[in-house]
Order: sequence, then C-alpha cells, then structure tokens
Amino acid sequence: MHGFGIILQRDLRIALRRKGDVLNVLVFFVVVASLFPLGVGPEPNQLRAMAAGVVWIAALLAAVLSLPRLFAADYADGTLEQMLVAPQSLLMVVLAKSAAHWLLTGLPLALVAPLIGLQYDLPIETLGVLLASLLIGTPVLSLLGAACAALTLGVRGGGALLGLLVLPLYVPALVFGAGAVGATLIGINPSAHLSLLGAFLAVSSLVGPWAACAALRVALD
Amino acid sequence: MLETRELACERGGRRLFSALNIALDAGGLLRVRGANGSGKTTLMRCLAGLTRPDAGAVRWRGSDIGSLGDAYRRDLLFLGHSPAVKDDLTVLENLEFSCRLSGAEIAVEQIRHALEQLGIAKLADLPAGYLSQGQRRRTALARLALPRPARLWLLDEPLAALDDEAIGRVSSLCAAHLAAGGSLVLTSHQEIAVAAPGAQSIELGS
Repeated sequence: MHGFGIILQRDLRIALRRKGDVLNVLVFFVVVASLFPLGVGPEPNQLRAMAAGVVWIAALLAAVLSLPRLFAADYADGTLEQMLVAPQSLLMVVLAKSAAHWLLTGLPLALVAPLIGLQYDLPIETLGVLLASLLIGTPVLSLLGAACAALTLGVRGGGALLGLLVLPLYVPALVFGAGAVGATLIGINPSAHLSLLGAFLAVSSLVGPWAACAALRVALD
Repeated sequence: MLETRELACERGGRRLFSALNIALDAGGLLRVRGANGSGKTTLMRCLAGLTRPDAGAVRWRGSDIGSLGDAYRRDLLFLGHSPAVKDDLTVLENLEFSCRLSGAEIAVEQIRHALEQLGIAKLADLPAGYLSQGQRRRTALARLALPRPARLWLLDEPLAALDDEAIGRVSSLCAAHLAAGGSLVLTSHQEIAVAAPGAQSIELGS
C-alpha cells in the first residue's frame, strides 16, 4: 500500500503543475458533447433520446485522448524503469497511476456531465442516473485504458493504435451506462443496468491492472 | 554477493554475450568495458532484473534474483541512461520521490545535504525543467550521497555529461561506498579514479 500513496501523490502534484493537460480533456468532452445538437438540429425529443449516448461517447473519446500520457512520460524519462527496480509491487504502481488518471479525467467528466444533460433537456431525475452511471463507469475507462496504454508503450503511432485497441473494450460500459439513462427516460428502474455496469467494473479492476503489469514488464525488457 | 552463472543475452538476433561468469564480493568493484553496442547496458539491465537473460542466472547472496524479488530490489540502486528526473517537480521533490520509492524515509535536511555533496544545493527548489543535462545527471546521482544507501550499485554510464569537478565528487562517493563494504558495477567510457583492491574488469564484445 505504501507505494500506492507515494505514486498517487506524485502524479496529482505533477498534474496540479500542468493544469492545461487536465483542462484540455475536460474542454474536449464539453465541446464534443455540445457539437451534436448543432449537427442534428434542435428537436427536443430527439435530443433527449440521444443525450446519454452522446455524453458517454464523448467521455470515451476524452478518455482515449488522455490515455497516451498515462505511462509515456514516465517511460521516456526513465521513471518507469526506476519503479520496476524499486522494492514496490508493480501492481500498486499500476493501480496508483490508474487511480490518479481517474481522479484527473473520469471524475471531472462525471461531475460536468449533468450540466451537459441539462443542455439536452434531460429531466432532472435522469441527471442523477447519468452521474451515477459515469461514476461507476469511468473507473473502467482508466483501468482497461491503463492496460492498453501499457501495451502500446514505445510503439510508433501508438496513440492511434491505442484508440483502436481500447474502444471495443469499452463497449459494455457504453451499453450499460447509456442504457441506464435510457431506461429511466421510459420509466424503467435503472438498477439492473447499473448493477451490470458495477459487475463490469469489478471484472475490469481484476483484468486491467494485471494485464498492464505484464505489458509494462514486456515494454521495459 | 553478486554472481552470474553462464549468462547469455541476445538482442535483435545478435548474441551480445554468452557464458558470462561474474563473481563480485562485498567491497568489490567491477568495471564493464566494451565498444558502443557491445551489450554493456543489456548486461546492466540483466543484473538489475529488468531484462530476462536468454540463458543463465543472476544470483544475489546465493539466491536467484527472480525469487528474491523485493528483497533484492531493497539492496539495489540502479541508475540507467535516463536520469528519471521529472521536469515539473523541483530538484528536491525529485530526489525525495526517488528515496520514498526505494523504501527509504529520509529527512529533508539529509536530502539537502546530499544535493550539497553533488554541488547542486542552490538548485534544490528550482523545477528540474530548468536544469542542464549535467545538472540533471547530478540530481540523479545525489541518491548516492544519501545515508543508508543500497548495498549494490549498478551505474550505467554515470559520468556522461558530467564536468571534471562532478566526476571527482562521484568518484569519491563510489570509493566511500566500496570502503563501507558495498559492491559496485560500473560501465564508463571515461576513466573513473577509484582505487579498490580486487577491482575486476570485463570486456564485452571481444
């Protein structure tokens, strides 16, 4: 546990000194989500029906935008190498970096999402479900994203490859997350969708960090 | 202390070294020499447990380093080509982080003292992004001046980008480490003036 705190604290400190990186992702999310009404026209029923899907897809794209930075800087300047030769469990290193990534991207996105929901004229009672679905779902984006970011480390054109690799893995989160809001809109209790999303989070938190550790060891061999 | 048995490594289909046997005792110094591309860095990474050798084993105090895991890494200080210095953190924060990562809780005064020994005490509160290449290297090397250092130092080209004054400081830190019973494996194109009884040297690529 010791290593977890050290690395989390350091990643947050670095992010505070580079606020631009964090803000870029958040602004990207808001811009993408705001472009849809301009493209498809201001028909309220249509917008309400597509709101959750749009917010979720914008969140996935924002996550993909932020993922290449997860390990790349530490890899380039030798810090990752030092983490491997330090008496710390690599699993804790990966978990700490995933947690920092979530705190800096997933959490802000989830908190801003209800405002976007308002823009799409979502009823007040569905905004809470949207927030809940993103709070459960965005950690999945960081955990599975860490594995894919580690796999594409040091690969030329890794950014584009990372997107191709990680977006299909996000499909269950998208389906259950957007589905929860959709269900609420037609008066169905969203708890089934949210439970399935929670189950997917549990699976991701087992598979993602483990795969990321294996990939990091290969990348630094 | 540090031993290799019949170590062999291949990179990109080219055999870098094979049947390499090293035995290094407490207080022992091993210089690894060789031309560019002869496998010095690969050997260092094998010894650090980063690269898996194609054949053979690396042992520390009689046990395989793979099975020792964290017990080996607690005794190890590895400095590779990249100084692992973060531009956004100050020199002091960088050193503090690498100390804590290696499992040592070291007071700020001791860190400042270590920076002083490397001649960069004045830069302690400056973000590392403003440092020159040599100053970055000094920041990484300041770990050598901390109290309770690791038993085994693996230094890959520690003198690259350093001026004569810094080379002198690093040499005396290495000498003190050896005198205190530590072991040191070193690759360097420059001569490092460390007088050690029983210093060994191997030439790769010959």
